[in-house]
Amino acid sequence: MKNQSVTNNIDWITIVLFIALVIMGWLNIYSASLPVQETSIFDIDQIYGKQILFIILTIPLILVVLTVDAKIYEKYAFVFYVIGLVSLLGLFVFGKTIKGQTNWYSLGGFTLQPSEFVKTSTALLLAKYLSDVQVNLKNFNDQLKAFVVMGVPLVLILLHDTGTAMIFVGLVFVLYREGLPSWYLVTGFSAIALFFMALLIEPHFVVAIVLVIILLQYLLSKRINRNPIASLVIFVIIAGFTYSVDFVYDNVLESHQKDRINVLFGDNVDMKNEGYNLNQSMIAIGSGSWFGKGFLEGTQTKGGFVPEQHTDYIFTTVGEEWGFVGAIVVISLFIFLFLRIIYLAENQKTKFSRVYGYCVATFLFMHFLVNISMLIRLFPTIGVPLPFFSYGGSSLFAFSILLFIFIKMDANKVNEW
Amino acid sequence: MRKAFLPSLIVLVTIIIVARLFYLQIIDDSYIKKSDNNAIKIKYDYPERGYMFDRNGTLLVANQPSYDVMVIPKDVKDIDTLGFCKLLKITKEEFLKKIEKAKIYSPRLPSVFLPQLNKKEYAGFQEKIRKFQGFYIQKRSLRDYQVNAAANVFGYITQVNEAIIKKNPYYKSGDLIGKQGVEEVYEDFLRGTKGVKYVQRDRFNREIGSYKEGIYDTIAVQGEDVTLSLDIELQKYGESLMINKRGGIVALEPKTGEILALVSAPSYDPAILVGRDRSKNYTKLNDDTLAMPLYDRGLLAEYPPGSPFKIMTGLIGLQEEVIDVNTSFVCHHGFSYGRGAFMKCHDSGTNNLHTGFAHSCNTYFANVFKLTIDKYPKPTYGVDAWSNHLKSFGLGSFMGYDLPAGRKGHIPDSRYYKRWYPNGGWRSTTIISNSIGQGEVSTTPIQLANMMASIANEGYYYTPHIIKKIKDHTIDKKYTTKHVTTVDKEHFKPVIEGLFGVYNEGTARSLRVEGIDICGKTGTAENFTKINGKRTQLTDHSIFVAFAPKDNPKIAIAVFVENGYWGARWAGPIASLMIEKYLRGKITRTDLEKRMLEGSLQNEYAKVTSGQPFSINN
Repeated sequence: MKNQSVTNNIDWITIVLFIALVIMGWLNIYSASLPVQETSIFDIDQIYGKQILFIILTIPLILVVLTVDAKIYEKYAFVFYVIGLVSLLGLFVFGKTIKGQTNWYSLGGFTLQPSEFVKTSTALLLAKYLSDVQVNLKNFNDQLKAFVVMGVPLVLILLHDTGTAMIFVGLVFVLYREGLPSWYLVTGFSAIALFFMALLIEPHFVVAIVLVIILLQYLLSKRINRNPIASLVIFVIIAGFTYSVDFVYDNVLESHQKDRINVLFGDNVDMKNEGYNLNQSMIAIGSGSWFGKGFLEGTQTKGGFVPEQHTDYIFTTVGEEWGFVGAIVVISLFIFLFLRIIYLAENQKTKFSRVYGYCVATFLFMHFLVNISMLIRLFPTIGVPLPFFSYGGSSLFAFSILLFIFIKMDANKVNEW
Repeated sequence: MRKAFLPSLIVLVTIIIVARLFYLQIIDDSYIKKSDNNAIKIKYDYPERGYMFDRNGTLLVANQPSYDVMVIPKDVKDIDTLGFCKLLKITKEEFLKKIEKAKIYSPRLPSVFLPQLNKKEYAGFQEKIRKFQGFYIQKRSLRDYQVNAAANVFGYITQVNEAIIKKNPYYKSGDLIGKQGVEEVYEDFLRGTKGVKYVQRDRFNREIGSYKEGIYDTIAVQGEDVTLSLDIELQKYGESLMINKRGGIVALEPKTGEILALVSAPSYDPAILVGRDRSKNYTKLNDDTLAMPLYDRGLLAEYPPGSPFKIMTGLIGLQEEVIDVNTSFVCHHGFSYGRGAFMKCHDSGTNNLHTGFAHSCNTYFANVFKLTIDKYPKPTYGVDAWSNHLKSFGLGSFMGYDLPAGRKGHIPDSRYYKRWYPNGGWRSTTIISNSIGQGEVSTTPIQLANMMASIANEGYYYTPHIIKKIKDHTIDKKYTTKHVTTVDKEHFKPVIEGLFGVYNEGTARSLRVEGIDICGKTGTAENFTKINGKRTQLTDHSIFVAFAPKDNPKIAIAVFVENGYWGARWAGPIASLMIEKYLRGKITRTDLEKRMLEGSLQNEYAKVTSGQPFSINN
């Protein structure tokens, strides 16, 4: 039963979802980048023409991924990981700066963004590490090693690109699935909540609320469980964190980052400057109504009001031209894809492929969450592409590789004896 | 539990995102408007306003191009304000004030920044307009008057105000609309329909093609030309006769009800209400509360008609069969209608209907009126019968002619007198002044002209109207509907003979025109004003009503000259000249014409404001 055709046992549902998203993505890129004078859809000078080329190039790439022996990915996970890190470090020397971010290698006419591919290599090594039978995430040492695996690329990426770095934080969900104690998540979510609360309302007030909660918890708990020292320490940490938010906000964040947070919360935002992108994005989506303005009929899209519409803001075209109904369709496809991957992951026979599948689902989901939330003012503006949808060779290739490695592992599970 | 975490998080996040999308796309509809404001520019194509012609096809009102500087305040940025102001010859303060005003109307919608540039200003500005973001030129058409006459008939064009914009969404800030006269009444035909073009623009405000392939665009519909019933030569002649006088002339074609001339004096050159000086000139005209050049006296001057009203008293007497043509009454310089009550008359002797008209005998008509009212068992019935006859001639109503100004006049009925005399006790003699057109009756010149047209037609009239033809449209049915009077045809003959007698042997014999049989009636209306709060009598208004020729009448006319004293002094000659001019095209009585053209009543009008005591009727 060995060496069957590459299509044997692969999960067609995932593939259909993938194809649907890529096609819908291209249609929206076409609309968003259509010049006044129509040209051939294969016109390589146009953005939509290039995207067609990228899509075509993806096919052999996928075939290669599906053909390679699934064992390779586990075996050489560490090698891939190191290559990834080297490619990130290389940016400091050979990197090309586009729009203020040095995330790119320039190869001939095309540019390549290594951080897109590092997601795959990190996922592989993390999967490999966690699948080791001796590793137990209840142990602090193992936790630490896991954090190092995901942390090193995260920090390297953070130096150029906050958005992609944020995506890596999602790997905590994978660790949690594999046994990381809950308090990591609780602490993390609490910190995020406190951060925004401290920005929104007076820090003293936040601290007062925290003090009341801790006191109540202390007084209401059973006498034997009371630990005044622990309660005090928790309070001091929280208070310190809360007060440091202002300091971080004022002294650490750069002005454009501050602007993005202001735009999210502020009422007094200049819609012509720092608020322009978000405002135009919301106008595009908000004016779509139930069924949208129709394919190629979006006035916001045609008029080029939304900047970077074919890349990070591609979903605004969906919202404007396809309306609420179209947006629901696209969102549903994504959600089905995520849940399908998680379902497949849970059914893997090896821990390695399960963790890897989980990483794939998490990465895709984090992109989806951050990308769409920033368009509708649920999250500060952070530039990350929408998987399979946004224009760009690097991201399409990288997401395809990421996904199809998992499809290959899944197809291969019958051989895992 | 750990397995469920990520799927739950995904579902939760999806719900939040979908809810947020639902709010943005479905519930909050402000984004649709914002999107339209962003990307859709509405461009108007203003059609040329319809022309006006007179009844003989003479062009009266045409158009000239005009260029408005429009501004969209939101789009104004980084312009060379000083250069801009210099180009348009305005100060920087004016510039800021105008921008501020436009902003108050709307920061996003265009407002007129500077209206009606002339061709030279336009040429200079057009060259540099590219440098001034947020400004553009809107071409419109302005009136170009071919005649210096009939300003009161034409009306004028003005920019719409806020109230109109609110009431009628067709109009946008800066649009023009007809006000007064034909411009107002036939606005919908004259203006046409502006074309609307939805243009899509990009974020640099560049036009990138039509919106939705132009499915919402409409093409401008040209305004329609209208032909007025006015005879412009007669109109001009009437206006020249009224120079230095105040008053009105209304001339109708009896067979159709068409208005041949509608003169109001003093008047103004219609051309001064065009262009950038429009509002300045308008204010000047509007502020002249003495001469009141904007007050159309032909339609609005409401006075007791005096003697011309005797015609109606006679007609009603005949119709009510209280007299016949031979009934006579003796007059001893007046009519005694009660203890100590006496109506003076300049006449004496015995008058029948014919001589009663010729001599304008008060006694005769007072008797006729008394018999008419007393024919009925109660004066209320009598007055109502009388009132209904009068109303069938269009008196006491707005009549429904197609000009916006008007007064109802007053024809009393029993209800009116019951209100005045709540305890009863009024009789025919109480209201006897009505018989000779004094008392409670009042009329406007156009009502008197229509009354004469009804008499000329022997018992019917068509509602007076200024419109003769609208291209591709039939005129309103109400102007082609015959109104029949309650006085029967046979009673008009003797009355017409009586009115002819006025010219041959009566009060207007000095005004005879060789070869034209004119039927007319002189009139004098007492009038009062308040000087320093004191009711003061002024010299009588001179009134004359007529139609001609007697057989197959072509023109019915009412002339009214303020403070002109008796009827045959000013109004009579002017009426006869108008008739001669209309029927013959030329004037034989040049002496009379000269006297009328050059005659002035300015001294009479100056009395009121002189502050000195003055005498009247001299």
